[in-house]
Amino acid sequence: MKTLKNLGYLLGLPMLLILIWWAATLGTVNFFVPTPASLVKTFGEVWFSERFFTDVLPSVGRLVAGVSAAIVIGVVGGVLIGSVRWLRSLLEPTLEFFRAIPPPVLVPVLILLMGITDTMKVAVIISGCVWPVLLNTIEGVRAVDPVLSDSTHTYGIDGWARVRYLVLPSASPQIMAGVRQSMSLGLILMVISEMFASSSGLGFTIVQFQRSFSIPEMWSGIVVLGLLGVGMSFIFQWAERNILRWYHGQKEVENAA
Amino acid sequence: MQPDPTQAAPEAMLSVRGLKKVYQTDGGDVEAVRNLTFDLRAGELACLVGPSGSGKTTLLKCISGLMSPTEGEVLLDGKRVSGPPKKMAVVFQEYGRSLFPWMRVRANVELPLKNQGVPKAERDRLVDEALEAVGLSHVPRSYPWQLSGGMQQRVAIARAIAYQPEVLLMDEPFAAVDAQTRADLEDLIRTVWKKLGITVLFVTHDIDESVYLGERVIILSSSPTVVQEDITIDLPADRDQLETRSLPRFTELRHHVYEQIQLAKKGHRPAAAGSSAAGPTPATASGADVA
Repeated sequence: MKTLKNLGYLLGLPMLLILIWWAATLGTVNFFVPTPASLVKTFGEVWFSERFFTDVLPSVGRLVAGVSAAIVIGVVGGVLIGSVRWLRSLLEPTLEFFRAIPPPVLVPVLILLMGITDTMKVAVIISGCVWPVLLNTIEGVRAVDPVLSDSTHTYGIDGWARVRYLVLPSASPQIMAGVRQSMSLGLILMVISEMFASSSGLGFTIVQFQRSFSIPEMWSGIVVLGLLGVGMSFIFQWAERNILRWYHGQKEVENAA
Repeated sequence: MQPDPTQAAPEAMLSVRGLKKVYQTDGGDVEAVRNLTFDLRAGELACLVGPSGSGKTTLLKCISGLMSPTEGEVLLDGKRVSGPPKKMAVVFQEYGRSLFPWMRVRANVELPLKNQGVPKAERDRLVDEALEAVGLSHVPRSYPWQLSGGMQQRVAIARAIAYQPEVLLMDEPFAAVDAQTRADLEDLIRTVWKKLGITVLFVTHDIDESVYLGERVIILSSSPTVVQEDITIDLPADRDQLETRSLPRFTELRHHVYEQIQLAKKGHRPAAAGSSAAGPTPATASGADVA
C-alpha cells in the first residue's frame, strides 16, 4: 500500500502532464509539436539503436569523468585552502575572478588549446563544476566545531588522520550541497561542450536534428537529457542518504527537542 | 611555605610554574591569568574552583597544550608541555560537541587508540573495559546524538579512560547535565579515579561539587588570576551523596570555600600568590602539602 502511494506521488504529475499534452495535440497537425504517441515511437527508433553507443554513452562518460574530476579537485583544493589561512588569503580574490567567468565562453579557448577532443569537453565540464564543490568545501572546512577540533587535538589525532576523521566528515554536509549543484551544472555543460564543433554526443545530435528539421527526434533527445537528470538525482539522493545519515538523524533529534 | 616557582616538586606529576596568559586583542591586551603555580602529585584528585571569568578554561587549555602560555610553563612528569601530551586526556563541558556525531559510540571511544596504532585485540579489550566502567556496554551501536546528555558525557569519559592517560583533565564536565545525572557522574569519577589511580584535575564552578569530589581544592582568585587558596579536603575516602554531604565537616569546608569565592569575587587577593595564610579552618594546608 505504501509503495503504491509512493509510486502515485512519483508518477502522478508526469502522468497528468502527458495527459494535458495528449489532449492539447489531439487533432492538431503542428509540425513542431509531436503527439505523445509519435514521440514514444520516435524515441524508441532513435535511441534504442546504435546511437545509444555512439552518442549517449560517450556523453554520459564525459559527464561522469568531468563531474568526478571536479569533485575530487574541489574537495582536495577546498580542504587545503580551508585549512591553510595564508593560502586562503592568497587565493580567494583570484578564485572569485575565475568563478565569475561563465564556462561556455571557455569552449572556444579550450578548443584552440586542446583541439576538438574528449579532453576539451571534460575540461569544460570541470571548469564549471569545480566551483560549487570547492567553495562549499572551503566553507565546510572552516566551520569545523572548535570544541571537536580541540578534542581531536588532545588525543593526538593530527595530519592526515585529522583530515580523514574530523575535517572531511564534518564538512560533508556542505560538500554534498556543492556536489548537488555541480551535477546539474555538469549536465548543462556537457550539452554546451558538444554544441560547438563536435561530431558526436547528445548535444551535437540534438542540434543536428533541429537543423535537419527532424523535430520529433529533436524532442526525443531533450527527453533523454531530462531522464539523465532524473537518474543523476536519484543516484545523488541515494549517496547522500548513506553519507549523511548521521547528519539528518542529528538534525531530526535537534528539531524534536 | 611558598613553593619555589622555578623548581617543580620532584614527585609532582603535573606542575604549573608561574603561568601567565595575556590575550592580545584589538582593544588591547587582556590578562586572563597572572601568575599560577601549583603541583599535583601522581594519583591526586584535585578540584579547581574559581569565580566565573577567572580564567579556568584558559588555564586548562595551557595545561593540555592547546594554547601556549605567555610566561611560565607546565610540566607533565618532569617534561615541559608544548603540545597535547600523549599521557593526558581532556573531557570538555560541551559533550554534544566533543564527540564525533558521524561515528557510533564504540568508534568514538576507539578512535584515539586506533590512531595510536594499538593492535585490534588490545583496542577491543580497552574499549570494552571503558564502556563497562561508565555503564554503557549496552549502547555501542548508537550514535552519540541518540543518547541523553549524561550518557554522551559518559561516552566522552569512556574515551578518555580507554586512552589510558596518566592525567585526566576535566573542564566543568557536568555543568550542562541535570542534577540527578550529575550526582551519578560525580560518583563515577570517584570510582574511576580510585580504580585506575590516575591524576585528575577537575575544573568546576560548583562549590559543593568541588568539596564532594576532591581530595584537594584549589581556589582561584578573580581575573587576573592567581591561586587564592589551596586546601586539603579531609573527608573520608568513601564518599556517598547522602552521607558525605550531611557530614558537619562537609558543611564547614563548603562554607569555607564559599567564603573564599565571595572574597575573590570582591577582588580580594591573597597577600602573596600561592600561599594562603587566611584559612580559618585548621585543615587548611595550602602550600604545605605541595612543597
